[in-house]
Amino acid sequence: MAEIIRYDRVDISYNGKTVVRDISFTVDEGEILGIVGESGSGKSTLIKAAMGLLGPTGMVTRGDIWYKGKNLADLSEKEIRKLNGPELGMIFQIAGSSFCPIRTVESQLYESMTEHEDITREEFRTKAAELLGKLGFDNADRILGSYPFELSGGMQQRVGIAAAMLLNPGVLMADEPTSALDVSVQKQVVEEMLLVRKTFGTSIILVTHNIGVIGAMADKVLVMKNGEMVEYGSTDQILNHPQETYTQTLMAAVPRLKR
Amino acid sequence: MEPILQVRDLTKVFKRKGQPDYTAVDHMNFDLMPGECLGIIGESGSGKTTVVNMITRLLDATEGTIVLDGKDITNLRGRDLRDVYRKMQMVFQTPTDSFDPRCRLGDGIGESLRNNGWSQSDTKNEVIKLLGKCGLDPEFADRYPHQVSGGQCQRAAIARALAIRPKLLICDEATSALDVTIQKEIIQLLSDLRNQHGEALSILFICHDIALVQQFCDRVLVMYKGKLVEQGVPDEVIKNPRDAYTMRLIDSIL
Repeated sequence: MAEIIRYDRVDISYNGKTVVRDISFTVDEGEILGIVGESGSGKSTLIKAAMGLLGPTGMVTRGDIWYKGKNLADLSEKEIRKLNGPELGMIFQIAGSSFCPIRTVESQLYESMTEHEDITREEFRTKAAELLGKLGFDNADRILGSYPFELSGGMQQRVGIAAAMLLNPGVLMADEPTSALDVSVQKQVVEEMLLVRKTFGTSIILVTHNIGVIGAMADKVLVMKNGEMVEYGSTDQILNHPQETYTQTLMAAVPRLKR
Repeated sequence: MEPILQVRDLTKVFKRKGQPDYTAVDHMNFDLMPGECLGIIGESGSGKTTVVNMITRLLDATEGTIVLDGKDITNLRGRDLRDVYRKMQMVFQTPTDSFDPRCRLGDGIGESLRNNGWSQSDTKNEVIKLLGKCGLDPEFADRYPHQVSGGQCQRAAIARALAIRPKLLICDEATSALDVTIQKEIIQLLSDLRNQHGEALSILFICHDIALVQQFCDRVLVMYKGKLVEQGVPDEVIKNPRDAYTMRLIDSIL
């Protein structure tokens, strides 16, 4: 399968201090890559780099991030803003708080679409209802008419995924998308993301510290520690036959349900 | 053997003007035996923390009784209520927030001892002993909460909880904010403490990670919408859940 995004020996630093060192990996079309590691290991920084979200003090100091022939690390803010949305979608840990609380879901999704496409309100409604239907929502009208706080945490997260998918991006970056959720709701969101891949063939880069979610979703896994890549391989290999000592320690520390 | 903690018909109703009453905890009944480790699981909003807040008297119960070590503590006030905390202590979810940012860890750990009439030098020695017991060097007594990692701070919080030698230790999501590797260390520490103290230390362990509860607890209560829906030995409850909700909960674990 064709590759869609490639990190090539990437270093990232904040305030001149290197926090992520020499990371290389590729994600193919329709592939799900899981990035795991402890807090502070640089997982989120990696995907923020591709989205141009490192902030004023952070930058990619070495290496390239290739997406469809463009080096994302070298693009200007204006150019990257054009890609964010239609090409690179993102879901955050608490999708509810990335919505504006005093406007309905519909008006916000509509705005995000008109930012990138010429579309009338009517066309948007049809498209949104169709997408929500595909993603398993049985009451699209109610969702669109709601304010974000009227939806439960799990629902907000699913709407966040739907919002990212409206523009049909090639890669979906998900930063701890299920970490704020209960196990039963977590499962729904995981299923939602798998459905997205199945329906649209979207590649997903999934950052999480939850090994269970990785096991259920990812095709490949990248293990990080202190900004460095410890191990990279297929999910089965990393979860069941880890080679590196650190990965072995990490896997042994995960409480597993005996049933 | 007398239970260390007896909870009978414990109920909490939140009343708000213009809104229907909300029953967060609905007639809970359970016992905690000396030396036992009892887990409470359930999704967010199921009332786990409300139960704990009532037991620790941070919240008044609407109905029911709480008996700690043979004494009814449901309606205690003032000095009597303060004395309750010699028998029970808490460890909270976010360790750094549970220490006063302007005080050194050692001050926080020794506070309960000082309040109980210990001299400054005795307290200092005891704090060092407690830190050692929880796997921290004596120099941590002089550090501020923001100068230590989350895992180290949680160890200090456990040291603080143990200072007064309580009979009951209540851990409300004590490892949820920590990385799995650190979580493993903290659980190891709690297990060691249980082995050392035997029947002198009982633990009430609130946690949403069912696998962790299975590893660590002797018995587990499952809560759903404020009600106790199932209880038993973790392995039994997980392998043969009897209640429909428990089944759903166990099924959704990845």
